[in-house]
Amino acid sequence: MIRSSRSEYLSAAVLMAPFFVIYAIFFVYPTIKMVELSFTNAPLIGPGKWVGLDNYFRLASDRLFSIAVWNTIYFVALSVPSGVLLALVIALGVNRLKGWLQSIVLAAFFLPYILPVSVVYRIWGWMFDKDFGVAQYVLAPLNGGQHLSVFRTVPLFMPAVAFITVWWCLGFSLLLFIAGLRNISSEIYEAAELDGAGRWLQFQRITWPLIWPVTVLVFTIQLILQLKIFDQVYLFTQGSRVDVNMVMVFYILRQAFQLNKGGLGAASAVVLFLVIVVLSVLQFQLLRARGQK
Amino acid sequence: MSATVQRLEVTASPAAARLARLNRLDTVGLLITLVTLVGAIIWAFPLYWGLVTTFKHEYEIVRPGFQPWPEHFTFENYVHVLLQTKIGYWYINSLITSVAVTVLVVIMAASAGYAISQLDFPGRRFFWWMILGSFMVPIPALIVTHFIVISQLGLINTLAGVVGPQLIAPVTVIIYKQFFDSVPKDFREAAAMDGANDFQLLFRIYLPMNWGVTTALAIITFIGAWNLFLWPFLAVSSEDKMNITVGITQVHDNYGISYGRDLAVAMLAALPVAVVYLIFQRRVTQAIMLSAGIKG
Repeated sequence: MIRSSRSEYLSAAVLMAPFFVIYAIFFVYPTIKMVELSFTNAPLIGPGKWVGLDNYFRLASDRLFSIAVWNTIYFVALSVPSGVLLALVIALGVNRLKGWLQSIVLAAFFLPYILPVSVVYRIWGWMFDKDFGVAQYVLAPLNGGQHLSVFRTVPLFMPAVAFITVWWCLGFSLLLFIAGLRNISSEIYEAAELDGAGRWLQFQRITWPLIWPVTVLVFTIQLILQLKIFDQVYLFTQGSRVDVNMVMVFYILRQAFQLNKGGLGAASAVVLFLVIVVLSVLQFQLLRARGQK
Repeated sequence: MSATVQRLEVTASPAAARLARLNRLDTVGLLITLVTLVGAIIWAFPLYWGLVTTFKHEYEIVRPGFQPWPEHFTFENYVHVLLQTKIGYWYINSLITSVAVTVLVVIMAASAGYAISQLDFPGRRFFWWMILGSFMVPIPALIVTHFIVISQLGLINTLAGVVGPQLIAPVTVIIYKQFFDSVPKDFREAAAMDGANDFQLLFRIYLPMNWGVTTALAIITFIGAWNLFLWPFLAVSSEDKMNITVGITQVHDNYGISYGRDLAVAMLAALPVAVVYLIFQRRVTQAIMLSAGIKG
């Protein structure tokens, strides 16, 4: 079969065209524009003057920006390791179940993941409600009988949002862990059982090393995802103090959309971009190196 | 590793002792199962609690005490939000934008995936690396310039403006490319011999052969588009143009908080994705594996 390469080029051009146009407009151009904008003092819409690295210096000295960075890191530290670990533990439990029982239990853990964030917000806003929330039956005794206003108490805000996020996103990690566990051949366990290895030893010597690549994958995905935290923080701070609970994406939005400082907003977006790229590469390498030992 | 083997040999015990140990292990196993079941109940409880609250009268909702089932079952909350809010608009807007995103992403990704997988053309490698690279770019970091692009196109506060930036779907292209790579070359050569062109090949052979993948990707794209909050929230300001995820949190009743109604409107917002998931459970699972890079 000999086909002219010209007709192949033509087919390729037509097939790639929609993708090319979309990527040019919504990916390549916005990315370049973001970097360019970060060196100007432009408002959100309209031209601005070149100011060099001024925006970056301003970020470095802006207290609100450092709050945003720290809160983002704090949120990730609260939600990612605990979420991944919990997903693994639950996966081990669910993996033991069989048939319809397993399907139902899996669905119970997974269902929150497919809900819109607004629905998660409504459900947990109601659960934690200061006056009538059912969670107050657990919280109030810990607080000396007083009802707690969870989202308006600063030290409780991030832990509560992290808790809700773990509840919401666990299903995703759970699925990957269960798939990973199913890939471990049962013969290995049978052999270990014959050798008299107990449950804990089996986990330590078989399950943990063999599930490690999945753990790395899940950890990396969750890390990148949770660094972009915005929706939950925005929704739960509605009508209360925002600044103490500022996170990075929220800061971008604040500068660019609420204060009309496009340049400064773009500069903070560039910082977020770099943080995510550097952290994800670094973390992936670290975890891989640990796994190879 | 050799240390493990030695230890295992040492701990190997006579048959009777082993039997006793197995029995004990079963008790532990039962306990683990029990904890898992309790965990599942706790996990699902907020969903149940949110749902059951929507069927209570407001006076029952704010009454002290734990009431697992409504005393007087009512649809009042649903009737109110259906008649008194713009939920009809929000639903239609969500439906239009999510379906548009799904259809466009699938067509675009399948075409691009096919071209990169099967055709040889200048820039092929460049495109492939660009797609892999774009995987790393955090889309929320692009909100500022997306807004600028959309306003330059005159699409602020339109549904088209909501759809636009959602069309960047590198993962979908990558998955299609991988699946098309594994279609045997014989198919392509035989069909090309019969005079089929690349479009016929794609739509008559490659796509139908990977119908399951397409279904899975379409479902997960739809769910993602339906659930998206940040971009629709920025792109649209008038109530009539809002998506349901935005509408239900941005528009408030004039007469104070009503938990029953707030939750009823949330349940309606969740309904389509919940139904899609329950019907296509297997496909959703498959799509999640695929997007995480596990082929299955």
